[in-house]
Amino acid sequence: MESSTLVQTERKKKTKSTMVLIVLGALIIAAFIVSMNTGFTKLSPLEVIRTLFGGGTPKQDLILFEFRLPRIVISVLVGAGLALSGCILQGVSRNPLADPGILGINAGAGLVVMLFVSFFPTTTAAPIFLLPILALIGATFAAFLIYVLSYKKGEGLLPTRMLLTGIGVAAGISSAMIVLTLRLSPEKYQFVATWMAGSIWGSNWKFVTALLPFLLVLVPLVLYKARVLNVLNLGDQTASGLGAPVERERLILLAAAVGLAGSCVSVSGGISFVGLIGPHLARRLVGPKHQFLLPASALIGSLLVLVADTLGRVILQPSEIPAGILVAIIGAPYFLFLLSRTK
Amino acid sequence: MSSKASPASHDTESPTAHIHTRPWAATLILTGGVLLLALGMALSISFGAADIKLSVVWQAIFNFNPDLTPHQIIWEIRLPRILGGAMVGACFAVAGAIMQGMTRNPLADSGLLGLNAGAGFALAVCFAFFPGMSYMYIILYSFLGAGLGVLLVYGFGAASKSGLTPLRLVLAGAAVSAMLSAFSEGIALYFKVGQDIAFWTAGGVAGTKWSQLEVMFPWILGALIAGLIISRSITLLSLGEDIAIGLGQRTGLIKLVGLIVVLILAGAAVSVVGAVGFVGLIIPHLTRKLVGVDYRWIIPCSAVMGSLLLVFADLAARMINPPYETPIGALVALIGVPFFLYLARKERRSL
Repeated sequence: MESSTLVQTERKKKTKSTMVLIVLGALIIAAFIVSMNTGFTKLSPLEVIRTLFGGGTPKQDLILFEFRLPRIVISVLVGAGLALSGCILQGVSRNPLADPGILGINAGAGLVVMLFVSFFPTTTAAPIFLLPILALIGATFAAFLIYVLSYKKGEGLLPTRMLLTGIGVAAGISSAMIVLTLRLSPEKYQFVATWMAGSIWGSNWKFVTALLPFLLVLVPLVLYKARVLNVLNLGDQTASGLGAPVERERLILLAAAVGLAGSCVSVSGGISFVGLIGPHLARRLVGPKHQFLLPASALIGSLLVLVADTLGRVILQPSEIPAGILVAIIGAPYFLFLLSRTK
Repeated sequence: MSSKASPASHDTESPTAHIHTRPWAATLILTGGVLLLALGMALSISFGAADIKLSVVWQAIFNFNPDLTPHQIIWEIRLPRILGGAMVGACFAVAGAIMQGMTRNPLADSGLLGLNAGAGFALAVCFAFFPGMSYMYIILYSFLGAGLGVLLVYGFGAASKSGLTPLRLVLAGAAVSAMLSAFSEGIALYFKVGQDIAFWTAGGVAGTKWSQLEVMFPWILGALIAGLIISRSITLLSLGEDIAIGLGQRTGLIKLVGLIVVLILAGAAVSVVGAVGFVGLIIPHLTRKLVGVDYRWIIPCSAVMGSLLLVFADLAARMINPPYETPIGALVALIGVPFFLYLARKERRSL
């Protein structure tokens, strides 16, 4: 008797979670269409569709294919990547405050960008392809530093130690940045501040192709590891007892989180809040099972960044608001609302 | 103690197994720390753009003669600055210790309550819309901003049926902080005042005046005493809510008092020096390492060590590149980070 009701509630949960995923997907498609139609030059939905299928004027082609579409695709990818990264970190460390920002990844990337901007006299024609590469180097360096500092022979990588180390490294890097900040010229400061606030400035197909391989490898890997994350969530002793090679799995997952966050931050600057909030929102919608939690986090992240970036392009035309700022302004109130509603 | 589970796990071990405390170490820290603090302050007063002998410092404090220039410098500029530094350090450290104890989260500090973000938001508004506002008013508004941050966090955290759990507090804090910081970043970018704000916060304790100290001191003293009064209850809370309730603690009341104490301490500190958030994070960790997990010792020792850190950081800030001052936040991190990394390496149990 009891087992059958259990099966039923389990099935209900599955159906509900699947529905949530479908609704999120639909919302992203809706946001995608709206985003295609918004911007400095107005295009009607019909024109957009016609252009997509190759029947637009050269000007419409240019606007859609060269400016808007890559930017939208980048927003979707970055949102998904950062939210997944946060979801992994929260799952592995069992600390609700874990996010890609805590790993010092944003700080590392930001420091390298800032150093570059301080010492090279080009801000207007910022070398568009150099910056993401530099940012990725900085992010990887920070992650590597944290790994070296928190890894111990015989104990491996304890998540709490890693988070603490991350905070330490991030604080050190941030303070170096404060010192640099005071020496920058106002124009340069403005450039760095915008980058740090997280804006999708890499609106170019080349960035898409640069980011895509990372995600194509890492996202399936992470989704495949959903069950492992469920087990790790039970605590190390339980996980070991269930026969999971805790240490190795954790390393793989952490490396995946770093890879996702680092590659995304290099294109988008410091949008870290998505990584914190995406997984939490997902948890409130689909529960703690990572089979649903991971895809839900990714979809929520995509939706958040896409909506934020679209709004950021429109609100204060012709100047733009960095997506990172709007993600927090949109995401936080909704998150707080959910927080006060649920048990 | 060798093959423990990960520190974050709340496994079902007996709660009292962990309460190890070292009253001797604590007593040593308190006495030695206070002596060291006195020395640090004396050094800090005598060192500066105009060098003054230690003997003159002694005279200036214990028999002040307003006609002598060195005495004037000491009384009007250096003494308030140094006392301010010591006060701010103690505030951040105790606020952080109480936050970590109450939320059982090793990553918690007063910044988590939305304090720093709230104060930063107030600063951004002041600089963008009322340029040239007087020093006293900026401080007042950043304290109000810090209060606003805490109110929002507390309001959203406590708004649900199940009340204010540590997890809820931490999450509400992170969300409110992110939102307020986003607003300040947006304002700073749009009105191009980001660098002004950075200069303000980098200024540290320079320019602290007697009038500020007089306003702050009674509040801070009261909050520190209140913190000491509830310290035993915080120890129990740090073992877990259920245990605390089981032992007859009125956890709701304790949390409320704790939050108010944190608001007063950290709010006052943030409004004077900006967010030197790291103090509130490292010092409690370090103190726990040294004196064990009894908050009756942790709170006073954190206060002393926090003061030490800031007084010496301020001294270093003036020595590194005179006559320019290095941002104190950067120095605290420079001293604190390696230390903190070392601690993190040794970390087993979080709290």
